[in-house]
Amino acid sequence: MWSERASAFMAWVDERLPVTKFWNDHAAKYYAPKNFNFFYFFGSLALLVLVNQLVTGIFLAMAYKPDATLAFDSVEMIMRDISWGWLLRYMHSTGASAFFIVIYLHMFRALLYGSYKKPRELIWLFGMVIFVLLMAEAFMGYLLPWGQMSYWGAQVIISLFGAIPVIGEDLALWIRGDYVVADATLNRFFALHVVAIPIMLLALVVFHLAALHTTGSNNPDGVEIKKLKGMDDIPLDGIPFHPYYTVKDLFGAGVFIILFVLVVFYLPEGGGFFLEGPNFEPADPLKTPEHIAPVWYFTPFYSILRAVPSKFGGVVAMGASIVVLFLLPWLDRCRVKSIRYRSPVYGILLGLFVLAFFGLGVLGTKPVSPLNTILARIFAVIYFGFFLLMPWYSAKEKTFPEPMRLGEAVVPLAKRRGRHWDLIRQGLAAIQNSAIFQSMILRVVVGFIVFFVLLDFLFYF
Amino acid sequence: MKRLLAVTLAAVSLTVGASEGLPPIQSVDIDVFDRDSVRRGAEFYVNYCQGCHSLKHIRYSRLAADYDISDEIMKSNFLLGERKMHETLQSAMKPEDSEKWFGAPAPDLSLAARARGADWIYSYLRGFYLDPSRPTGVNNLYLPNVAMPNVLGGLQGLQQPVISHEGGMEFVERLELAKPGSMTPDQFDEALTDLMNFLVYVSEPSMLQRLPLGKYVLGFMFLLTYLLYRVKKEYWKDVH
Repeated sequence: MWSERASAFMAWVDERLPVTKFWNDHAAKYYAPKNFNFFYFFGSLALLVLVNQLVTGIFLAMAYKPDATLAFDSVEMIMRDISWGWLLRYMHSTGASAFFIVIYLHMFRALLYGSYKKPRELIWLFGMVIFVLLMAEAFMGYLLPWGQMSYWGAQVIISLFGAIPVIGEDLALWIRGDYVVADATLNRFFALHVVAIPIMLLALVVFHLAALHTTGSNNPDGVEIKKLKGMDDIPLDGIPFHPYYTVKDLFGAGVFIILFVLVVFYLPEGGGFFLEGPNFEPADPLKTPEHIAPVWYFTPFYSILRAVPSKFGGVVAMGASIVVLFLLPWLDRCRVKSIRYRSPVYGILLGLFVLAFFGLGVLGTKPVSPLNTILARIFAVIYFGFFLLMPWYSAKEKTFPEPMRLGEAVVPLAKRRGRHWDLIRQGLAAIQNSAIFQSMILRVVVGFIVFFVLLDFLFYF
Repeated sequence: MKRLLAVTLAAVSLTVGASEGLPPIQSVDIDVFDRDSVRRGAEFYVNYCQGCHSLKHIRYSRLAADYDISDEIMKSNFLLGERKMHETLQSAMKPEDSEKWFGAPAPDLSLAARARGADWIYSYLRGFYLDPSRPTGVNNLYLPNVAMPNVLGGLQGLQQPVISHEGGMEFVERLELAKPGSMTPDQFDEALTDLMNFLVYVSEPSMLQRLPLGKYVLGFMFLLTYLLYRVKKEYWKDVH
């Protein structure tokens, strides 16, 4: 009776709005490769963080005052006088850092499995535009608390535009709306942060997903599942996104939220990386902090900027470090997508690139010193070398034959290849062979101790 | 490659250590849940600090509610003059006066413990020493040529610097108690620890909600995530 009515109602709606068709196209009958691994959680997690930022941001905007004389105090009012204001603010500030962690891992996944390659170039390009918008969004949002680091960080970054020949100074003036970062800058950054860029971000997320659902997802084997279809025109190695990946991503979201909650409740300052100490002092245009450093997620690019001796050269290098990412689909000329079947050379170079990226990130948080500058230059050369030499080394790679079909959806531990899996297997074997694991009594005792230590830790406060 | 990374990181941290010219700061053990300590710290603040430094982000009423301070005690020990419970802990000194008398406005300390860190403030307050060349007669190890006079000198006593010479440069090796104050060094450190507990609380009163709440949210998320894991396993059992 009720199900009949429900389906009649859905039929009525579907005649007017293709709800069922949309659901089928993008979830229930959207076939995704069955072998997604850990790195495939970060797309849906990015969406989760985006929603978190939008929802907490709306509530923060209700109490925040975009006025140079009131902004700092209004943030403290949110922290103290608004019910649950502290939670909203920490969710938003932690969310900003979480967004970049998730996005960097999402992009790293593309480097591992060649997700940017034909036919997915547009997905990569839309993703890169999202990344750039996200950087703009984070940069402008960081000015809003109007602390010392907000102010001087914005001052330094905007003045970089002044290094552009001829139009530079006028451009920087146009961006700031004043000769220094001031109330006018704060107002326009607020407008851009809460309205303009979020709208663009949402539109690009739609494009990113629409393009993805046109080509279908890549996977850790880098093999197109659409090449092999069954009689029913469904890819043999595909499974419907809903319910398989919806339940899997929900579990991934659970793990992510546990980590997120740990930071929000126990470490909201992120050791001075998520919320910086000097930013608890109100902006003072007359007092320059000793050491101005951008937030951690910008430091790799900031390091590249500082590694070049001339200011204009640095700005160009920093810009190039982003632009080169856009070109990736055309720089990589290897026929094989996944690192699993590419030559070990690519693995080593990718490892070096990751090391350089981390190194640049660490150096960007430190003051300039002769040694740091030399290290930053070495890392910057590796960063650019990885991309600019790619057309050459990727074309010459000796690849391995790719499989026709995907392997198991969940590879048993015993069959997993790679040194990190060897280590995990050895560790597990060591635990299983140890005296504690062999004796039932010891196992119970150790279990109790671990349980109560955890309990003690949690109920410390 | 791992060794290369280790060497690189070591080199980076070395250069940072060398760039600091000031003596290392001492650390203080903070516990904002030590109710008596924070109460003592608050009274200490009202008696010795509030004369010049405001706490514009904390209300008397919030402090009383968070640490169960009775109205009588609030009236007798905290609400000096005509102050009301709903007001914030403002100083009586006008910023213009401060500028005239000391050459700089006394900063508001609501967020000092987050901006500088409790360890730094603790070290700073213990770091005053006699220096006849300064208008206040004292200087500070951690904030050289600071405008603030040694307000706590009567409690701590006066410290004389032990100067050592190296490479033609003079620097303060350590501080020695020249004239004892009304407190023993241990009592003084204890009073400062109370004060730091209070300042850390003031810098983020929501800490009192945030920290105790975390375990319940975590517990709930662990349970939910476990259930989601079982759901995933159940759905995926026939995918090969």
